[in-house]
Amino acid sequence: MTDDMNFTLSKEGEEKIGTLLKRYPSTRAALLPALWLVQDEAGWISDEAAEYVAAKLDLPAAEVYGTLTFYTMFNRRKLGRHHIEVCTNICCWLKGSEEILTYLKAKLGINEGETTEDGKFTLSTVECLGACGEAPMMMVDLEYYGDLTHDKIDEILKSLN
Amino acid sequence: MEQILTQNFKVLNACRLNAYLGREGYKSLHKLFSQQSSQIIEEVKKSGLRGRGGAGFPTGMKWGFIPKDPGSPVYLCVNADEGEPGTFKDRALLEKDPHRLIEGIIIAAYAIGAREAFVYIRGEFYRPYKILEAAVSEAYANNFLGKNILGRGFDLDIYIHRGAGAYICGEETSLISSIEGKRGYPKIKPPFPAVKGLFGRPTIVNNVETLAALPFIISNGAAAYAAIGTEKSKGSKLISVSGHVARPGVYEIPLGLPLITFINEYAGGIRNGKRLKAVIPGGSSVPVLTSLEAKDVLLDYESLASKGTMLGSGGMIVMDESVDMVKALKVLVDFYHHESCGQCTPCREGSGWLKKIMDRIESGHGRDGDLDLLINVSDNMMGKTICVFADAMAMPVKSFVTKFRKEFEDKIN
Ligand SMILES: Cc1cc2nc3c(=O)[nH]c(=O)nc-3n(C[C@H](O)[C@H](O)[C@H](O)COP(=O)(O)O)c2cc1C
Ligand code: SF4
Ligand code: FES
Repeated sequence: MTDDMNFTLSKEGEEKIGTLLKRYPSTRAALLPALWLVQDEAGWISDEAAEYVAAKLDLPAAEVYGTLTFYTMFNRRKLGRHHIEVCTNICCWLKGSEEILTYLKAKLGINEGETTEDGKFTLSTVECLGACGEAPMMMVDLEYYGDLTHDKIDEILKSLN
Repeated sequence: MEQILTQNFKVLNACRLNAYLGREGYKSLHKLFSQQSSQIIEEVKKSGLRGRGGAGFPTGMKWGFIPKDPGSPVYLCVNADEGEPGTFKDRALLEKDPHRLIEGIIIAAYAIGAREAFVYIRGEFYRPYKILEAAVSEAYANNFLGKNILGRGFDLDIYIHRGAGAYICGEETSLISSIEGKRGYPKIKPPFPAVKGLFGRPTIVNNVETLAALPFIISNGAAAYAAIGTEKSKGSKLISVSGHVARPGVYEIPLGLPLITFINEYAGGIRNGKRLKAVIPGGSSVPVLTSLEAKDVLLDYESLASKGTMLGSGGMIVMDESVDMVKALKVLVDFYHHESCGQCTPCREGSGWLKKIMDRIESGHGRDGDLDLLINVSDNMMGKTICVFADAMAMPVKSFVTKFRKEFEDKIN
């Protein structure tokens, strides 16, 4: 089945997989880094992409799925152009994360887990991001934003296109 | 106290090699390579350094568990997963002083005979990952890493491996499974990683902060490090403080500092003139202290243990009088329920039970007997599982319900 698959990485991406395979004593250890390469390029990991990785690493597809689905950061569906992830764990909760989430939901007109109609934003909640000193905080596309207020959120959203 | 871990935090561009070298960076390596690895292990034993990832296990002793004739390879894994709620001190080290970590990695690798080190960094830490990656490149370019380091015959490669969102991967055997490309399932110990770890080979897993303390210990000697702190809790520790204090952030303390002194003098006291209600001293997994208990406790392993809690990761969460302790516990229980890997029945089922009971209490539908049930379920989770995650969930539950029982009862009645 490997010949007629329609997912491929860029040439650079493929070269990086080649390097990864030499780095570890088992090809399977290249799996998380390879999945990251896919997600960094495509934004999410489709079934085709998972099978592409399985072929590249010479692993059964079932093993790739088994690992892939364990980790919450690997997106199994296409998200909006920007992924907003609000921390709701204890330290952010103490500093008002519930209110921050309510504000974002109202402003974007969506619930957590949803994407705005224009495909621009997906809203999620996450566990502690290791930035509790700047609570309440959120991550947008792997970038951290702390000490959130309504004004600050307005500004951040405006800066993203 | 002399600053050890934070000495470069306010230095401009300290993450760059030139700035680090200007601050006596990599100075310990000359001393390191002129000694046998066994002497280095002895020195670290003498310093009294204990693991800063949470368990507080003596670092030199752990290194000593690597078999005498292990063959090759031996691996070092650097735990930069930092997922314990309330903890953000490793991120500060990674972003502000990554070369100190690299120097520490070289020391540990030399001591245990590793030629490859894997840094496991949580997937969300993209910025720290980029900073560390740049620092590693600089270190290679200047022969602090790679072949024949500084012409002293020692080779070392560092690979950075990104996690992908799973709290449990901070547990050392789960971390190893994750690097191997598997689901992050913890494994039964023994065998301990020092005997059979990454790719089945002898492996040491050390926390970022533990490793970052090593350059000082080797450069200045074990005695200089052991002079800081208390009889049994030696050296300095990073405390990341969050919640209702005026100045949340990362601070370096000599172990043994009174908790209240820390809150008032380092963290600026409780904000808005409110009163202290409770403190979780060492990350969300350790038992909570009431304000009364917090009054005369010291920030060291023994003093906190005498109050039934732990120094843990040093992630201090401060709560003022306005906090609803029932809701606070519900937030924590939701987290643990979400993060249980599900391998062991007491943890998988217990976390589900605790969540169900907390959900109904918090929404005003608690039943008579629910508080005893919470304690009972917690007791049945402890000491019965593959890893101590189950205990890490049960301990906060028991402490919240026991110490703030009246608030829970009021919510039920
Ligand atoms: C559920 C769980 C999560 C853990 N998370 C971390 C973590 O994020 N970072 C860390 O350094 N240690 C963590 N640990 C502790 C590690 O298992 C291990 O003890 C530590 O990395 C050893 O390093 P040290 O001796 O230098 O402290 C965790 C342990 C458990 C049980
Ligand atoms: S105690 Fe919980 S987290 Fe640890 S291995 Fe068992 S099920 Fe997984
Ligand atoms: S609790 Fe939100 S970053 Fe830690």
